[in-house]
Amino acid sequence: MPHDHHDHDHDHDDFHHHGMSPSGHPYRADNDEPLSYWQVMEIAVRELLIEKGHVTPAEIAAQIEAMDARSPANGAAVVARAWTDPAFKQRLLADASAASAEMGFDIGGLRLIAVENTGDVHNVIVCTLCSCYPRNLLGLPPDWYKTRAYRSRTVREPRKVLAEFGLDLPDTTQVRVHDSTADMRYIVLPARPAGTEGMSEEDLAALVTRDSMIGTGLPKTP
Amino acid sequence: MSEKTPFDGRRWHDMGGQDAGPVTPDEHDFALWEKRVDALQVLMSTKGHFTVDGLRRALEDMGEDAYEKYSYYERWVAAVNQNLIEAGLYTLEELGQRMDEVRARGDTYGEAASE
Repeated sequence: MPHDHHDHDHDHDDFHHHGMSPSGHPYRADNDEPLSYWQVMEIAVRELLIEKGHVTPAEIAAQIEAMDARSPANGAAVVARAWTDPAFKQRLLADASAASAEMGFDIGGLRLIAVENTGDVHNVIVCTLCSCYPRNLLGLPPDWYKTRAYRSRTVREPRKVLAEFGLDLPDTTQVRVHDSTADMRYIVLPARPAGTEGMSEEDLAALVTRDSMIGTGLPKTP
Repeated sequence: MSEKTPFDGRRWHDMGGQDAGPVTPDEHDFALWEKRVDALQVLMSTKGHFTVDGLRRALEDMGEDAYEKYSYYERWVAAVNQNLIEAGLYTLEELGQRMDEVRARGDTYGEAASE
């Protein structure tokens, strides 16, 4: 059997990517992969910081736990509240950091700006310089958000980029692209889908996808 | 865009508006070592040992080659490390010696990460 793949030098690279995680994404190679230079550096840095008393293993574990707990569900809860509570929506559009904090989502020192999609306007966010992202509300950015293709082209030909995500907007829709910085980040407040009148905040939140808050998608419809 | 064009005042990381291929919507879950790099970045900058600007300076100074060659968290661990050394939290010698010790523990992350 091993000979089946003798002419594919890179097959071993794929070995660790066969399984899918519970979230539906491939696992990234980790503990069973030959040790890399950068992994060695991570271990060494972490151990030196712990030994010298700059950080504790418990702090690192808690930080990872907090990071894992942040998911697009946080952002979806904020969006669903804005859809059902006009006063909250006003506060969100005026100061998204403060409005998010109101719901228990700490944004830290960043300025977070919510941009609203309407019948005529569609917003999309990007970070052309690096990978700035509303991670406190959406979790860590997806790989494609950090690619050269997305960073370069979204500000120049957003309609084409959105079409590559399967989002074809009519010419009558104005597209606004927001370029984030380390200190100032955006989140899209998608338009509430038609046919959702009378739905609970919780049911509405289930319609709000991550990509609808980046602007590369729309909320689901019931 | 690897093709050389006349200098337009941009550095390599300033990618907005450049030509590039199609967006392929790849994603993956992060490995433990990557999450640890992220956690160290957040914790050590929150404690005031460096700023996000310091992190970005180190990332941008690595150049385009590093961007193409290394993964996101590979570049991040290098940038975090550089800032911590600059902040005087440990020395290059200590780092080198510890990396040798880590390597000697085994051939996988699992083996090397547990003393």
